[in-house]
Amino acid sequence: MATVREIKLEQSMKLDFMDEVYALPGGDKVKDCIQCGTCSGSCPVADRMEHSPRQIFAMIRAGMREEVLSSNTVWICASCYTCPVRCPKEIKIADLFYSIKRIAIREGKAGKNKAAALSSSFARQVNKYGRNNEIRLLIDYFLRADFWGWIKQLPIGWKLLSKGRLPLLAKKIKGMRQVRTIIKKVHAMQNNGGPR
Amino acid sequence: MKYTYYPGCSCEHSARMYDVSTRAVFEHLGAELIELDDWNCCGATAYMSVEELMSFCISARNLAMAEGLERDMVTPCSGCYVTLNKTHSYYNEYPELREKVDETLDAVGLKYNGTQSVRHALDPLVNDIGLEAIAEKVTRPLKGLKVAPYYGCQIVRPFTDLDDPDYPMMMDRLLETLGATVVAFEYKTKCCGGAQMGTNQDLALRLVRNILLCAQRAGADLICTTCPLCQMNLEAYQGTVNRRFKLDFNIPVVYFTQLTAVAMGLPEKVVMPEKHIVPFKDKLAAVAG
Repeated sequence: MATVREIKLEQSMKLDFMDEVYALPGGDKVKDCIQCGTCSGSCPVADRMEHSPRQIFAMIRAGMREEVLSSNTVWICASCYTCPVRCPKEIKIADLFYSIKRIAIREGKAGKNKAAALSSSFARQVNKYGRNNEIRLLIDYFLRADFWGWIKQLPIGWKLLSKGRLPLLAKKIKGMRQVRTIIKKVHAMQNNGGPR
Repeated sequence: MKYTYYPGCSCEHSARMYDVSTRAVFEHLGAELIELDDWNCCGATAYMSVEELMSFCISARNLAMAEGLERDMVTPCSGCYVTLNKTHSYYNEYPELREKVDETLDAVGLKYNGTQSVRHALDPLVNDIGLEAIAEKVTRPLKGLKVAPYYGCQIVRPFTDLDDPDYPMMMDRLLETLGATVVAFEYKTKCCGGAQMGTNQDLALRLVRNILLCAQRAGADLICTTCPLCQMNLEAYQGTVNRRFKLDFNIPVVYFTQLTAVAMGLPEKVVMPEKHIVPFKDKLAAVAG
């Protein structure tokens, strides 16, 4: 499949995305990227990415905000942390991908991405119970993101259930009031409305 | 020796045998694991994908509660290990973030001073208690058992001071101490796909197949792991891998604490073989005498 890419002119570059990424914790290191490709070469899942990790950093520096935020790259990352350990410039690649995921979710660019949906379901469990309950997590996820997907997972779910490895009841931690206060406080700080 | 123990959510149910065997092994070796009271989920890698500051604050609640106890904090879960340590290191590295976390914790009457890093359970077992002390307690050496030591990712990356990020040896040495034969296992730190098993199964199944294939070719009787998510992917999805790739894997996947418990002659109720989907009792039959 031929890839058609538009030539970007320097005059048309938007700098605000670069600034946004540089302002993230550890984000200013993106400036140091030498495009060596060690990250992409080390990545066990790069072949499934629309853009390799190296390309993502070049795209960030070219101001390609839309393309970076709607690329599947950050959602394919399995958090194996091979790239940041090998990066000669010590860029926290996998961790910066989390930041990009967060911007993509906030701006609705993650779309119907299943990994984004699972992450959101996970966060909701923690917000509600203080701990993660696998069954509730899966119900929340399948209802919202993959309605018939549970059928495919049924055999494995049943095996785990029969071995007593799935929880039937979700217990809240005693400190739920603290968790709720933390959530409220952070939201107030970010001033961006209610829980997502 | 006393440690603050943070089991993590997986250890409550899906990795129950990991939790029970970890507690039993430490106790048998004279080390005390004291569970952190009312701990909450570390947030894993999922929460920080949704809301970064929130994930740090929620994670830091655990660190703040543990800090006052003035003990090393230990978790058996590689996911918790990496997430809690990320919170700890970002808190110390980025002052702007630190300020916001402080303000949030203050609202619930907690204070974190940035001193509580977290250790993976394998670390104090090998480095504090030590292989000599473990060797003294081995009553049923795992003679003839060929084990593939599978570390996975997050126990060695990105916090690499524990061991080599690509070819660690800590668990190899422990398994040798238990009397097992450790096979040369090239895939010992290759990714199992992690949470991608739920959302991008094609991708994760391929990674799991590669690891199982590597273990099989190395002649391993079983795979020994350090992480609940790795254990789940490698064991529970073996049938799916077999169907997808027309293979016939039947390799048990156990935790290093379970093998330690077996070798030290601890009762079956702390090893919990009945929790496994791929049975491993027959593999131990030879050493059970």
